[in-house]
Amino acid sequence: MAYTPDLMALIKKVEKTRPERVARKKAGQEFPALTLDERKERLEKYHPDFRSGALRELKVGPSKGYEVAQEIADTFEARSRVDPDKIDLNEIHYETDVLVIGGGGAGTAAALIAQEQGARAIIATKLRHGDANTMMAEGGIQAATKGWKDSPYYHYLDVMGGGHFENDPELVKTMVTEAPKVIGWLERLGCMFNKWSDGKLFTLHGAGTCRKRMHYSGDMTGAEIMRTLRDEARNRVNDIGVLEFSPAVELLMDDKGRCSGAVLYNLETEEYFLVKAKAVVMATGGSGRLHMQGFMTTNHYGATGDGLVMGYRMGVGVRFLHATQYHPTGAVFPEQAEGLLITEKVRGAGANLVNIDGEQFVFEREPRDIESSSIIRECTKVGKGVPVPGPGGKWGVWLDSPMIEMLEGKGTVEREFPAKFILYKRYGIDISKLPMLIYPTLHYQNGGLAYASDGSTSVPGFFVAGEVGGGVHGANRLMGNSLLDITVFGRLAGETAGKYVKERADIGPLSVEHVRKFHNELIDAGISTDRVSPMILPDYGTAEVKKRQWTTTYVGTVR
Amino acid sequence: MSTVEQQQAAQETGFPMEAAERTDLVPIFIMGKRYEVPSTLTIQKAFEYAGYQLIRGCGCRGGICGACATVYRMPDSPKIYVGLACQTVVQPNMYLAMVPFFPANRAVYNLEELAPNAKTLLKYYPELAKCMGCNTCTKSCPMDIPVMEYISAALRGDLEKVAELSFPCVMCGICTSRCPAELAQYNIGILARRLTGRHIQPAATHLREMIGRIESGRYEEPLKKLMATDMETLRKLYVERQMEPHTGDEMWQPDDKQWL
Repeated sequence: MAYTPDLMALIKKVEKTRPERVARKKAGQEFPALTLDERKERLEKYHPDFRSGALRELKVGPSKGYEVAQEIADTFEARSRVDPDKIDLNEIHYETDVLVIGGGGAGTAAALIAQEQGARAIIATKLRHGDANTMMAEGGIQAATKGWKDSPYYHYLDVMGGGHFENDPELVKTMVTEAPKVIGWLERLGCMFNKWSDGKLFTLHGAGTCRKRMHYSGDMTGAEIMRTLRDEARNRVNDIGVLEFSPAVELLMDDKGRCSGAVLYNLETEEYFLVKAKAVVMATGGSGRLHMQGFMTTNHYGATGDGLVMGYRMGVGVRFLHATQYHPTGAVFPEQAEGLLITEKVRGAGANLVNIDGEQFVFEREPRDIESSSIIRECTKVGKGVPVPGPGGKWGVWLDSPMIEMLEGKGTVEREFPAKFILYKRYGIDISKLPMLIYPTLHYQNGGLAYASDGSTSVPGFFVAGEVGGGVHGANRLMGNSLLDITVFGRLAGETAGKYVKERADIGPLSVEHVRKFHNELIDAGISTDRVSPMILPDYGTAEVKKRQWTTTYVGTVR
Repeated sequence: MSTVEQQQAAQETGFPMEAAERTDLVPIFIMGKRYEVPSTLTIQKAFEYAGYQLIRGCGCRGGICGACATVYRMPDSPKIYVGLACQTVVQPNMYLAMVPFFPANRAVYNLEELAPNAKTLLKYYPELAKCMGCNTCTKSCPMDIPVMEYISAALRGDLEKVAELSFPCVMCGICTSRCPAELAQYNIGILARRLTGRHIQPAATHLREMIGRIESGRYEEPLKKLMATDMETLRKLYVERQMEPHTGDEMWQPDDKQWL
């Protein structure tokens, strides 16, 4: 599975230009960054969001008229798994104070803080607790913790610039001022950040940062945060219950229009269960497994945008959902690693992106959407992509990881990127000596449900945290602000929900009238479809197998 | 669609192709049953290609969540092989099963009250003392972690060593499934790591200082001003913000210190 002789020959060209590129970097001579106007042009010409037919106008719901990706519109313009005429709302199977939907970083943080407010909580999650994009986040978490050179002021500027100045200022302010507190919280929970012996935290640059404020745990920062939060939740087993393999498929309201629980679907026994709760925190994460425009994705198996659908059906609008983030560096070789994320920290550590001739064609620390557009441009318009062996006639560009060894010393790649080093080693490629072949891959949902800085939404009793929400990143998130987003807003949503349940006296008779109303809207808009949503799991079965499944029933994509 | 868009569409789609288009099929045995699958697929994609819809045994699909622990054998070999289904490429005639779940004891504790030493580990995981040094755990780790070495370090009370060695653990549980002394190594590992992070590694003093500054309200006014500023000024401030050099010293300081 190692590089083919053809690729090895092309790598020679990269090696030839490498010493000069390293020397330039050492002398502080970076490849010129694009101006704001050039950024705009590059996006509009090459970013997948701007391709004709990528988006379509929503015909129903609170954000009617707004354009989102076709694949997301499909899940919005679909029927519920719940039939409002048949559901028995008197048969309640679980009751709790705070129901957290989603067992990733945002959901777990919310459950922990809600519990600290005295609330009982249930985390309902589609797969196992911790099976989430949080687990896969590699590079780091941003926070201005070094007062001699950085502050929330600069972090704010970076976030706004990365999001093309469209971000919700209040959300951004909250995120950057809460950031150091979150690092302190994680440190106290025993999260192992890379540190000097005196306790000073290691920090690096990320794309679009003006100060080195990316804190990290090797190249497994998200995994370290996720397993630490999960471990802590397990220590509070008396107050925090976890229902695994039980995704929520619909929200419940009461007669006063307050969110009051959800319907869960046990994927293994195929039963539906009703949870009655005084508050619901929606933390289902993103939607990469919808495969916008057929793109490969870095997202985990369950990232199908379920929370968007449920929230939208209940009347919560969406914003910035037109913007999908394509991570510049997804593996394209070998085939079995395809779509896999190569952390931006590799570029943060100094690795250039170079074309088939070994030439640098973009500054490696442009914001992600600019970087991705530039790679697509290099492979199409410029025509200097590297052909990828195997079926499909694909191409990519080189991510020159060996530069890091020359800049930071021998052994740095293995020490700083242990997970990727092992992974490539398995395929016979030593990334401390050979560059990686990469191409943009579908990575992040920049927008989502509208929420305020305390996690609250337009529906009482309904709170939002993490990737399912939209606004803080504008149309483009910077690296290291996702782990920050989920921990900051997970905690805040948990706190607000915890306080809310203390004040909420009762839960009125349960209702799914919002579902009935939404179904009627579909009919009124002339949408006649057998699609059901949320999707729950993507479908990777082949057409040949399906043809032979004579008696199998699929509801949506799920058997 | 333009030609470029068509090219892009072909480029960016990453699904396994239908059998008719593949000429490189190899036989594998999923839980004893024979299927023919493309030779370049991972075990995980081979399951799906064969017609399984995965519920258990599938999480991140990227080698970090530990959901897809897989054991397999090869003909003509007495060895048990292990791997993560999402990371391991199929081999002709391998016969395999995923381990969807393996029960393991997990202690409940209050991290704040614990002392970072061997006594703590032995209190919560007394089976630690039963390790007989067979090294099966190390041999069965798909992440190439020297598991037995960190268990030895745990017995010695060298928690930092446990933390360092066990750090890449994805908690897939194969070590636990194979351990004749019935240890749950990965749970011992995470307890040691949290103890190390909380009680052994020194806390970052600059972090406390910054939290103090934020709580004193030092950045409220500057941030409010930024929030209210017009787009043109904001863009200007963004473009003109001073960049910390890539190779700069950790203690580098910007020229303009008024917003620090």
